[in-house]
Amino acid sequence: MRGFFISRLIQLVVTMFIVSVVVFFILRLSGDPILVVAPDFFSEEQINQMRKFWGFDRPLGEQYLTFVSKAITGDFGKSYLAKRPAMELVFERLGYSWMLAAASAAIGLTIAVPLGILSALRRNSFVDLVITSLSSLGTAMPSFWLGLMLIIIFSVHLRMLPAFGALEPKAIILPSATLGVGMAARLSRMTRSAMLEVLNQDYVRTAKSKGLQEKVVILRHALRNALIPIVTVFGLQLGWLLGGSVVVESVFSWPGLGRLMIDSISVRDNTVVQAGLLFFALSFILINYAIDVIYIILDPRIKFQ
Amino acid sequence: MITDAQNGHQSETGAVADMVPRRSLPRRLLAILLKSPVGVAGSIIVSVIVLLAFFGPLVSPHDPTGRNIRARFEPPGFVDNNGKIYRLGTDQLGRDVFSRIIAGSRVSVLVGVISVLIAGTLGVVYGLISGFVGGFIDSVMMRIVDGLLAIPFIILVIAISGVVGAGLSTLILILGFTGWTTYARVIRGEVLKVREMEYVIAAYALGQSRLKVMFLHILPNVVHSAIVLAAVQVGVTILAESSLSFLGLGVKPPTVTWGLMLSDGRQYINSAWWMTAYPGIAITITVLGVVFLGDWLRDFLDPNVRGRA
Repeated sequence: MRGFFISRLIQLVVTMFIVSVVVFFILRLSGDPILVVAPDFFSEEQINQMRKFWGFDRPLGEQYLTFVSKAITGDFGKSYLAKRPAMELVFERLGYSWMLAAASAAIGLTIAVPLGILSALRRNSFVDLVITSLSSLGTAMPSFWLGLMLIIIFSVHLRMLPAFGALEPKAIILPSATLGVGMAARLSRMTRSAMLEVLNQDYVRTAKSKGLQEKVVILRHALRNALIPIVTVFGLQLGWLLGGSVVVESVFSWPGLGRLMIDSISVRDNTVVQAGLLFFALSFILINYAIDVIYIILDPRIKFQ
Repeated sequence: MITDAQNGHQSETGAVADMVPRRSLPRRLLAILLKSPVGVAGSIIVSVIVLLAFFGPLVSPHDPTGRNIRARFEPPGFVDNNGKIYRLGTDQLGRDVFSRIIAGSRVSVLVGVISVLIAGTLGVVYGLISGFVGGFIDSVMMRIVDGLLAIPFIILVIAISGVVGAGLSTLILILGFTGWTTYARVIRGEVLKVREMEYVIAAYALGQSRLKVMFLHILPNVVHSAIVLAAVQVGVTILAESSLSFLGLGVKPPTVTWGLMLSDGRQYINSAWWMTAYPGIAITITVLGVVFLGDWLRDFLDPNVRGRA
């Protein structure tokens, strides 16, 4: 078991190293990062001073090493705009992002798992057709557009829910419903196929022929085994959720990490963009590791490897 | 005698050929396609969108960029003084929403097709090399892919286009050069399976070079997974383009795109719902068509995965 965690830790470090290289070089794709932030009226000398101040006059390799050694200690430098440490800004927003992600994932699972099971149990029926069609529709729909439509219906016409901000608890309903529905569309399809596969197994037939109640067979015998592929897809969809949240947070002006990223990108506040990117990557990797551990709990056949 | 025997032989094969008519590949494809309602729906939607992208200006009822200050924010079905109808209403500058949706199909098709071609080619070659070479180089190459995949696609694309700047061709390149990782991983997995096959070993035994084995024997046997994936990725790319243009990080006006139309619509969401509703429906239908076509393509090219998803 210790071996499992050590090998995973090494993988994490290697992956984060590559992420850091990517993040470092993305912001240098534009050529000179100083020309991007320096005001037009600055003289050549002032620009050079600025370059020296931010360390952009050093060789690229040295700049990268400085960036990484500071980043490890959580120091991404100060935001050009807010004049405060970038990390502080990221931490302020993180809670909102997690709240939104958790609410969306909860909505997604609550809709997708029962519908997926129902769809599998009534395979090729009218109910199945409706559920799978809705799931295709939900996958094809841009999440931010669904958000806009919900605003039109629930905020503009019915005046029931706030369209933006996070000032009252009700404000989380629309953004999390937007992301939750998108997630449900993707998950229900996988729940259906995972259930279908399990329902054909011998142990399900045995359980049925033992005369067990259908409810017991489905919940205890079938669902428990179908959970492993469902959890896998759930982990993969979290990437979609993190990405989708960036756009959806912008639509609803939800003060999360995604919105901070978009705002910082548009004003070229690069230190904040770097910190945000690394945080997104780190949370995505950690969630997937957590899922590996969940596997072991769900399926005693899987050993720590 | 000989001629008789030949004739007899010929008529025999002729009879067999009559019983099992040999059809050309396009006709066989069509026959298989017609058996799948989802495939039919997908190909009709995709064909219509592609035709609109090419011949849109011929069928467009109005000039998609033509302003008309007297006809701003008119609801769907509005008829102007000249008796011309605006089926899906007008926007904040009095432009016809329907004509703009037709014009916007061009960007979606261009971005969807070209970016996916770039990403697919890069990813297939990368995955092919990684899986074929194996060993230490393979693990290094795959760790790089892991690292890139750890940043969610849309966030990576947003960051890059934010830094590099927007525009249609830049956007196509960005989507193409970031989207290859998925292909690389899938193709590498396939190559690992195929490279131990007997026909590959036989090719070596016949003295073929490594390069020839890689491109002539392995590539043709793994490329079907890339095609199936490409169909999925066209949808993903179209959605990514619309998100980026919506956020103001993608294509810039005066180019007409569905994402930009949504970004306009959002500003007038309180009064002109049609500016937001219809472009989104256009995106949804297009992506749905691509997904349907992709589902059918997967069943057709890869019967092993049939019914899995």
